[in-house]
Amino acid sequence: MSVYPYVIGIVVFGLGLGGIAVSRHLVHAIVCLNVAQTGTYVLLLAVGWRRHGTAPILGGVPKGSHQVDPVVQALTLTDIVVGITVSGLLLALAIQVHRRRGTMDPDELRALRG
Amino acid sequence: MHALVPLPVAVPLAVAAVLGAVGRFLPRQVVDAAAILAAAAVTGVSATLVVGTADRPLHVFFGGWRPHGGLVPGIAFDVDPLSAALATLAGALTVAALVFAWHYFEEALPLFHILVLLFLAGMVGFALSDDLFNLFVFFQLMGIPAFALTGYRVDEPGPLQGALAFGILNTIAGSLLVLAISLVYGRTGALNLVDAGAALAGRPPDLLVTAAFGLVVSAFLVKAGVVPFHFWLADAYSAAPAPVCVLLSGVMSDLGIHAIARVHSSAFAGTFAHREAEVRAILVALGVAGALITAVMSFLQADLKRMLAFLTASHAGIFLAAVALFSPAALAGEVVWVVGDGLAKGSLFLCVGFLLHELQDGDELRLHGRGRRLPVAAAIFVVGAAAVSLLPPFGPFLGFALVGDAAGALGLGWVPALLALAAAVSGAAVLRAAGRVFLGLGDRDDPLLSQQPQHAEREEPEDDVRRPRVALAAAGALLALALGLALVPGLPRHAVAAAAQAQDRHALVEAVLHGVPEPPASAPPQHVGVAAYAEGLATTAAALLLALVGLYRRRLPRLVRVVAGRVAGPPLAALRAAHSGVLGDYVAWLAFGSGLVLGLFAALVR
Repeated sequence: MSVYPYVIGIVVFGLGLGGIAVSRHLVHAIVCLNVAQTGTYVLLLAVGWRRHGTAPILGGVPKGSHQVDPVVQALTLTDIVVGITVSGLLLALAIQVHRRRGTMDPDELRALRG
Repeated sequence: MHALVPLPVAVPLAVAAVLGAVGRFLPRQVVDAAAILAAAAVTGVSATLVVGTADRPLHVFFGGWRPHGGLVPGIAFDVDPLSAALATLAGALTVAALVFAWHYFEEALPLFHILVLLFLAGMVGFALSDDLFNLFVFFQLMGIPAFALTGYRVDEPGPLQGALAFGILNTIAGSLLVLAISLVYGRTGALNLVDAGAALAGRPPDLLVTAAFGLVVSAFLVKAGVVPFHFWLADAYSAAPAPVCVLLSGVMSDLGIHAIARVHSSAFAGTFAHREAEVRAILVALGVAGALITAVMSFLQADLKRMLAFLTASHAGIFLAAVALFSPAALAGEVVWVVGDGLAKGSLFLCVGFLLHELQDGDELRLHGRGRRLPVAAAIFVVGAAAVSLLPPFGPFLGFALVGDAAGALGLGWVPALLALAAAVSGAAVLRAAGRVFLGLGDRDDPLLSQQPQHAEREEPEDDVRRPRVALAAAGALLALALGLALVPGLPRHAVAAAAQAQDRHALVEAVLHGVPEPPASAPPQHVGVAAYAEGLATTAAALLLALVGLYRRRLPRLVRVVAGRVAGPPLAALRAAHSGVLGDYVAWLAFGSGLVLGLFAALVR
């Protein structure tokens, strides 16, 4: 099993995190959040991967064939659904920020501090 | 008893769905009544589960997918008296929040009720889950309604800022949890905590296992709001409507700590068995440092909600240090403390909501002396502040006494002393505010305190004279429960017995994987000694003294003031500047914090 999927998963996660940290635009920050989540999907799928494994659909497969782990795929799908819900909510908040404050820069949203 | 277990999650979800479908056609009173009844049902069922699991916990596998031959195909809830107690707390605080919100939100019905019920279902599921992935799902399920409720008043800048920081930071935390899940699943092939623990046990932890534990801890510390993961919490809790703060501060933060305790005792305690002292040292240090730093921040706030937000973060640090002692008495004490503290914090937040409604402001300095005509609110607020400052015999004091015993038995007597100091400093902030608002003590301005933009929770109907009484009744009832909790006969003994059972890994593995019932829970009677009473009273007295110093610090001798200013000034300014309100900074702090946690575990535990 190659180590690359794990490295890529971690790197993509880190890139997303770094993107949020330096973001000057809320939509950009939310997309970076999605990028970070994508890193976790890569890692999850890599964990369940098997060489020459087929999709985990068990009807009519020849005997002796391997399937990749269906559990991590289910986890990834759940994770994606949760991620979309969060993104939708955050984008709705971003629209409100734009409408009420006329800015998309998170740094200008500093009503509370200290 | 088994049949009751799904109800505390299913009932609020079902009622929320019905309200979502037909709620807009129903009169206001019906919506209120349905939501309050659902929350009351959760409270009742959860309380029944606390009593019903006193002998042994329930391991419920949904859909009948029971473990077979050591394989765990199903998804489990693990109900023990401690987790059921937290579910009961969530239910009781939701009832209080909904009663308070009666006539609080006129617009957008029944959205508020639906979100609160979803939030409740998420919190209860999170408290009871015995499965790593389900912990993640409920982590997000309680997060999403909480973000929405925080940003409920979208027409103000504070709530938008708070909700965005809350949403983004907690989603990153969720991703950290997913990373940990993939590591644990990749190593063990198990998602059930007990199953994973059985697979991990017996081998010393390697880098992958310590990384997985570090990621779990980081993720739950974000939810709990322990330094340096707490920045979002201060902004979100200062911006959320008061009844929502009751739930966020009273129970959600502390569920994060409880999850660390549960994941550790079920999944990681076996592999860390020979490294327990090191793991304890790391987590206790994080907890104590965080508790003290955020207690000081709490003392620097003029905005009442923000003061209570930092108090919540400080208490989360206290609870982390308590569970990290890894002893039955400490875990039992932590849960008793969390429940008592949650009730007291809930009542304090309701009092602040009442002030926001009655006096149109929530700022200690601007409210100077304006609370004189509100004696009932004053009494509840002061007693609540004394309860969180460990005044005997309230619930928080009882929990503190148990934690103190546990730390003493481990030879760590300095830990409870520092925890009491943190409780005294944050309690002093609340007492100082009470003195200023309700008695008009101290100065009208104080450059030491940070002020925040004015809240505007004030468009409620002014002609409704019943509402304030209902609101104060809810706050008083929570406080009465915090007192009543401590008077339940034999509570410390039952709590310690339940905690000992929760930490007995071998019995847990036998029960979950092989269906062998656990031996009935038992513990020797626990006595709260005279020394503990003295410590509790001393903490409250210290809080009172610090509150007076805060009110009258300008009357201290000039030399004292100059020296204190020179010594404390620069660090306080730096601490204040770190709370910058900038989202990017918060994310950087989160990355730093999780790097710190991962590094410490990798260095010490390997």
